[in-house]
Amino acid sequence: MGPNPKMRKEFFDSTRSSPFPDEVLERVLSLLKSHKDRSAVSLVCKDWYNAESWSRAHVFIGNCYSVSPEIVARRFPRVKSVTLKGKPRFSDFNLVPENWGADVHPWLVVFAAKYPFLEELRLKRMAVSDESLEFLAINFPNFKVLSLLSCDGFSTDGLAAIATHCKNLTQLDIQENGIDDKSGSWLSCFPENFTSLEVLNFANLNTDVNFDALERLVSRCKSLKVLKASKSISLEHLQRLLVCAPQLIELGTGSLMPELTACQYAQLENAFSQLKNLSTLSGLWEASAPYLPLLYPACTNLTFLNLSYAFLQSHELESLLCQCPHLRRLWVLDTVGDKGLEAVGSNCPLLEELRVFPADPFDEEVVHGVTEAGFLAVSYGCRRLHYVLYFCRQMTNAAVATIVQNCPDFTHFRLCIMNPGQPDYLTNEPMDEAFGAVVRTCTKLQRLSVSGLLTDLTFEYIGQYAKNLETLSVAFAGSSDRGMQCMLEGCPKLRKLEIRDCPFGNAALLSGLEKYESMRSLWMSACNVTMNGCRLLAREMPRLNVEVMKDDGSDDSQADKVYVYRSVVGPRRDAPPCKWMKQAAVMGHQRIKIHPTMNCHPGPMHPVKVLQKQEAPGHLTCSNLLSSIIRFPISSSYVHELANNGVCLLTCLNDAYILGMAKDLKRESSGAIQTCEHGGGPVVPVLSPTRLLVVPTMKFKPEIGLRSGRTGLRWAGFSKLRNIFVVNAWEHCVSRT
Amino acid sequence: MERSMAYERDLNLKATELRLGLPGSDEPEKPSTTPSVRSNKRASPEISEESRSKGSSCVSSKVESGERDSAPPAKEQVVGWPPIRSYRKNCLRAKKNDQVDGAGMYVKVSVDGAPYLRKIDLKVYKSYPELLETLENMFKLTIGEYSEKEGYNGSDFAPTYEDKDGDWMLVGDVPWDMFISSCKRLRIMKGSEARGLSC
Repeated sequence: MGPNPKMRKEFFDSTRSSPFPDEVLERVLSLLKSHKDRSAVSLVCKDWYNAESWSRAHVFIGNCYSVSPEIVARRFPRVKSVTLKGKPRFSDFNLVPENWGADVHPWLVVFAAKYPFLEELRLKRMAVSDESLEFLAINFPNFKVLSLLSCDGFSTDGLAAIATHCKNLTQLDIQENGIDDKSGSWLSCFPENFTSLEVLNFANLNTDVNFDALERLVSRCKSLKVLKASKSISLEHLQRLLVCAPQLIELGTGSLMPELTACQYAQLENAFSQLKNLSTLSGLWEASAPYLPLLYPACTNLTFLNLSYAFLQSHELESLLCQCPHLRRLWVLDTVGDKGLEAVGSNCPLLEELRVFPADPFDEEVVHGVTEAGFLAVSYGCRRLHYVLYFCRQMTNAAVATIVQNCPDFTHFRLCIMNPGQPDYLTNEPMDEAFGAVVRTCTKLQRLSVSGLLTDLTFEYIGQYAKNLETLSVAFAGSSDRGMQCMLEGCPKLRKLEIRDCPFGNAALLSGLEKYESMRSLWMSACNVTMNGCRLLAREMPRLNVEVMKDDGSDDSQADKVYVYRSVVGPRRDAPPCKWMKQAAVMGHQRIKIHPTMNCHPGPMHPVKVLQKQEAPGHLTCSNLLSSIIRFPISSSYVHELANNGVCLLTCLNDAYILGMAKDLKRESSGAIQTCEHGGGPVVPVLSPTRLLVVPTMKFKPEIGLRSGRTGLRWAGFSKLRNIFVVNAWEHCVSRT
Repeated sequence: MERSMAYERDLNLKATELRLGLPGSDEPEKPSTTPSVRSNKRASPEISEESRSKGSSCVSSKVESGERDSAPPAKEQVVGWPPIRSYRKNCLRAKKNDQVDGAGMYVKVSVDGAPYLRKIDLKVYKSYPELLETLENMFKLTIGEYSEKEGYNGSDFAPTYEDKDGDWMLVGDVPWDMFISSCKRLRIMKGSEARGLSC
């Protein structure tokens, strides 16, 4: 489908500076693939901006709340492929509350209207429901590629919808998601005449799939290049699959455990030897030594070996590595020990990426895993190493200095010394010099994660030397605000900064005022930032969204978790409500929708005037009421003013005002609408409001809830209740100017 | 006022009261927020060896199965640290449960005619000869040489083991690693039964 030429002419500016016809310019620009290049190109001039917009086929959105789907669709009319990322990265480690947001559905709705020919959708850390997956499957007839990484909220039913309806699907990639794994029957939903699959990754799932259906699927999809099976696939199954698909480039085996007869062993060995093109091998759950040799024939061309779920010993790893002379990427568990890593150093001269995961991350008493010795051994043998993720229990400054001397090309250096705040175990000094050496020596460093006992000196080094640094993760480190200031002042390319459990406070937070708009996001949790600091930041920088997530039982003034990000669409409307109201809904009244409020932007607007301006009395809507109320604290006089405008105070407790909209309150025979003085006596709503507004006061504490005082809401009176609008407690505490 | 009291009487107020906690509780329940990292302490071989040699089987079973419920270590577990994705954490936890509950570490050894059983840790041994030598020393008997065709020649004793399927197998047939992963207990047979194996 091509665009209407007349439409395009009108779309473009009439003054043109380019000598090329639009089509030529577009054609040239369409050869640009990198989205950073494209963004740069679009700033050259209006013609280039337009041509780039029309030729953009793939859009990458690193933070789903930085922009709206409508804006994206308006700027890029011909997008075929979207990559969308949602929650902050620390949600992977359970630091972000459930239902925080990042729902993909609003995006799908817009895409269905604007990009009906969308082909590819890649989501990371988004909330995806089964309904959304079904919507996707039904509304996009050309849909080809679905990749879900670290998403949650869906079940295998959603996958069934995709399998059933997406006739042109080429890739289904389900990785490390919080998926409700109900049954494996989704796989049987691929129609018998469906043959286009090229990538199938269901390694994440545990329930048994119908193996015959899988076998048939694999045999008829002749273009299948990537197959990553789940644990439920046995070795016997694997053999049959490999026979159908010797053309595989990437293989994820199932479980390597069940016992085989000699004959089966031989068959499987044969099947593996047929895999001439294999470049990636993963899976290998419950890999046990007798079966590892099966893999050897398939290893000759391997470039990526993912053993991060295989509990291997050092000698087992060594035997395997001997078979892989071209290995570039290796992921292992620390069960291989330093000895295993020595084998890596000896056998993998081409290695570029190494990730060592802990098999036993929470057990501190037993001494095992890898140490600085292993890392050193790898650095001596693998001089091309540029990406490392290393979990260990001990490290020294000297070792790290030597490591980066051996491998100065690090672009990603992620070192996790698992005991928080642990010093150099030989000298007992902080690990400052280690990371100083890293940033000094590795000039190409883009991503850094620090750990161990660190003072502000580490951050001085980072600010001074890490000029290409884009992503920085800091935990249990630093001595004062100065640490964070160094990072913010010194790293010109910094895009993502994540900080937890560090002694950085408001001064540090506010020192980055100028910086945050050039970054994608800032995360600070369990630091010393207060609500006032956040409010100041929000007030000074209107184009930043400042979100605070409070922990239960924490002080009113503490900002437990702060997430700051730039956005062109302002505060989002789907932030999660107060926990206590959510519980009320859970109590059995599921149909009640709890509406949270927007971020609070303090403004000196008078309540009643706002109401009068917007709506004539009698036509008040809850959202109008909402947007006016959140700007200032509630007081008794205000309650009276509301009453005059058709809003009734149903009850007033020590902690919250419960308001109802006049027009929602139905008069019943025995009752009447009542207004109430501040702190007044029992109010009995014999009415059946459909909507309530709950406005907590400054004294509000979640534990007290709505039960305090002489009155409480009588639930029976709210049988028709549909919506409860809640002002988030913390947002409400703004002082009137 | 009256109206309210009548209202209160008519309705089951407690049950229908909108309050913080879930129904049935008086106190507002503290909701479980982020799952804090639980201690996944697995008993180290040294610790379990000690407890087992003292003969306290109840302790060892608690140590084996009570992983999740064991007391947290002295150092407080921190939420979300080390930074490992939930998916991987769950896989590792499942794997560890398998390992500890699974067969092949401490196994009972019975000898026909002996008054009581012994226990040995199979992980300590790397091969059959080592294991058999230990058994010979432990029970003061001779087991003899293994041969594929004839079982154990030259003695009255034959080492057998019960595997995961519940069958009694002759020790030595399968590769060592496979033996380790499937052996549930050992029994050294004596006399005519043992000789019968070699027929």
